[in-house]
Amino acid sequence: MITELGHVALILALGVAIVQTIVPLIGAQKGWSGWMAVAAPAATLQFIFIAAAFGALTHAFVTSDFSLHVVWANSHSAKPMLYKISGVWGNHEGSMMLWVLILALFGATAAWFGGGLPPRLKARVLSVQGSIGLAFLGFIVFTSNPFLRLQVPPFDGRDLNPLLQDPGLAFHPPFLYLGYVGLSMAFSFAVAALIEGRVDAAWARWVRPWTLAAWVFLTIGIGLGSWWAYYELGWGGFWFWDPVENASFMPWLFAAALLHSAIVVEKREALKSWTILLAILAFGFSLIGTFIVRSGIITSVHSFASDPTRGVFILGILAFFTGGALILYAARASAMEARGVFSMVSRETALVVNNILLAVSSFVVFIGTVWPLAAEMFFGRKLSVGAPFFEAAFTPFMVVLAIILPVGAMLPWKRARLGRVIKPLIPAMGLAVAVALLAWTLQTGRTILGPVGFLLGTWLVAGALTDLFGRTGRGPIGQRLSRLTRLPRADWGKASAHAGLGITFMGIAGLLAWQAEDIRVAQVGETFEVAGYAITLDEVHREQGPNYISTTATMEVHKGDALIALLHPEKRVYPVQGMPTTEAAIANGFWRDIYLVIGDPQEGGGWAVRTFIKPFANWIWAGTLIMALGGLLSLSDRRYRVAAGAARAQIQGVPAE
Amino acid sequence: MKKLLLALALIASPALAVNPDEVLDDPALEARARDISAGLRCVVCQGENIDESNADIARDLRILVRERLVAGDSDQQVMDFIVDRYGEYVLMKPTQEGANLLLWWAGPVLFVLALAGAGLYLRRRAQSPEPGDALSAAEQARLDELMKG
Repeated sequence: MITELGHVALILALGVAIVQTIVPLIGAQKGWSGWMAVAAPAATLQFIFIAAAFGALTHAFVTSDFSLHVVWANSHSAKPMLYKISGVWGNHEGSMMLWVLILALFGATAAWFGGGLPPRLKARVLSVQGSIGLAFLGFIVFTSNPFLRLQVPPFDGRDLNPLLQDPGLAFHPPFLYLGYVGLSMAFSFAVAALIEGRVDAAWARWVRPWTLAAWVFLTIGIGLGSWWAYYELGWGGFWFWDPVENASFMPWLFAAALLHSAIVVEKREALKSWTILLAILAFGFSLIGTFIVRSGIITSVHSFASDPTRGVFILGILAFFTGGALILYAARASAMEARGVFSMVSRETALVVNNILLAVSSFVVFIGTVWPLAAEMFFGRKLSVGAPFFEAAFTPFMVVLAIILPVGAMLPWKRARLGRVIKPLIPAMGLAVAVALLAWTLQTGRTILGPVGFLLGTWLVAGALTDLFGRTGRGPIGQRLSRLTRLPRADWGKASAHAGLGITFMGIAGLLAWQAEDIRVAQVGETFEVAGYAITLDEVHREQGPNYISTTATMEVHKGDALIALLHPEKRVYPVQGMPTTEAAIANGFWRDIYLVIGDPQEGGGWAVRTFIKPFANWIWAGTLIMALGGLLSLSDRRYRVAAGAARAQIQGVPAE
Repeated sequence: MKKLLLALALIASPALAVNPDEVLDDPALEARARDISAGLRCVVCQGENIDESNADIARDLRILVRERLVAGDSDQQVMDFIVDRYGEYVLMKPTQEGANLLLWWAGPVLFVLALAGAGLYLRRRAQSPEPGDALSAAEQARLDELMKG
């Protein structure tokens, strides 16, 4: 019964989306305020209906209602509750439901908090948002309906892919989707502005928080996914340049570019049409990402839930929205009058370079991702584009970005003198060189990667701190320190996002350059040494989990006489799917992780054991978190809260015009 | 039931990617083997290289790479040997030949074009007068009207 109600709610949501798309758009064109006013309640109603449908689907998963096809195909009665719930979006139909739920949520929040928006702009934004919802609801209802019943309900389900039964991955998709779909707001604002033919500082002030929020969610989502790969896949890789990873990375890069260029629109009223284009591209790449993941067109480790026949529908959606918006852009972009004038050396220029680097690097990721497809279609060559290509073609852009970032971040608006900006940065530069030299001397005869990564990373972190401290003005140190706490949160956000990037740089470089690895057969009771750590295999036994069987080892790690960690690496088999997983045991540390994997029993006795010492591994995700935190700090800046109120006050005082 | 599950567990048990019995005694040769393996794709897997893969064919290829190295091949000879048999599909790093030049040069060329475009735009911006100061035609007309009035 609840399932049927959910199904009805889903169809009603589709109907509401049709109204939300058409009525406010006509209203805004004709200036009928009654028609424009339909947008907000429609957005709310759409959200309520989709939430009800999603709730009904969740209910079916939680109660293990195997008469539903999706539940049967992706769940099992013995599965822990957390994974019953995360199983809702661990499959194609459910993940599309999550997609539209979040889309409707963003539309509804724009309706709820958009009181200060000019009514015409608001109506158009909500109409565009409604049309995206309409397209995806249509996709769900006509090709991927989660509420389809089985005629004869089976006794039990087929279980969720065991790799997905993990806390890190339970929350990875919702965060990614919050990011992907968050960019739809920037897109809706961009298209509304194109229809209106007008972009100003107020517009940018509305777009920026949405973009920032989307970027924060994407950052967390990508970080979670990479962290999951690190501890789950059994050899501690954290990024594979897999098509599906790239699908989330491209919008991230575009979102980063967009939130920087929106600053220029907001503060200087320049780069307007470029910012609109970025907003279209950012969401366009989110759609491309959805297409890549959902169609499975480019096979990858991740396409667990893909179905090529549905790809065509999503391709249609992608072509309609991106193509349509780009045509609109071509027709209307010239109407965007730029105002602010600036010289060649200025913050504006630095942000233009930032945008070029981020957009071009994202394009490199894009072409690398689709190249196997293009080469096969147009040149008849079956080839692969793997990590070595991306490392060679993508990394240089990041190196350049890291070199100019601290300088660019400190340049004043309009007109700047390079010398005056570089002077306060000299200590940061010195520190970076010192750290790199230290790394160079400590390592003997290894790649240049480690020292270079630490040079850039230290430069970014120290540069961010210099910038932050520079904001406190002049005077005695004590006064400046106390002023530090009163700086706007946006300043802290900027510093921490940039420093976080530096920390991630160091983590990646340190891990890749200085990892130690050992593969061997260890007898029970045997002690062996890896990079100064003495590791003992104490015992191995079998254990029964809720829905798996595990081979668990007990291993001790000693350094000198001190016991550092007692670890239990596992190997699990999930009998329902007949699939094995490795559960590495990791002793996390500030300077290094000790990463143990247990393998198969060997013929001559003993067990295959892999040991990794992974220096600076945690810095990668610590940096990611600090970046996300920076975004949140900026988002909580007083300016946005005041701006919302100020805009409202302004509305009351318009007659003067 | 439990026994059956245990049997299942043994049948389906995964191998470590690189098994201890594959590792060469000579550390220098082994290091070269690892580097080569990281650049070769496991043909039945989805985007994994043979160094990371648990598949049987990946294991066979790893052993083949090591055999060639022990036989005295250079890194390039080993690569060529495998590409001859499995095609360029196994190369994780695409060659820089023919159409692949498009792939390799797309990024750098776009970067240079973007820089040039931005440079032109910025120069124009820097030279143009502050538009905020000037009045639009409509504003000028309105002003004239007011002044007359």
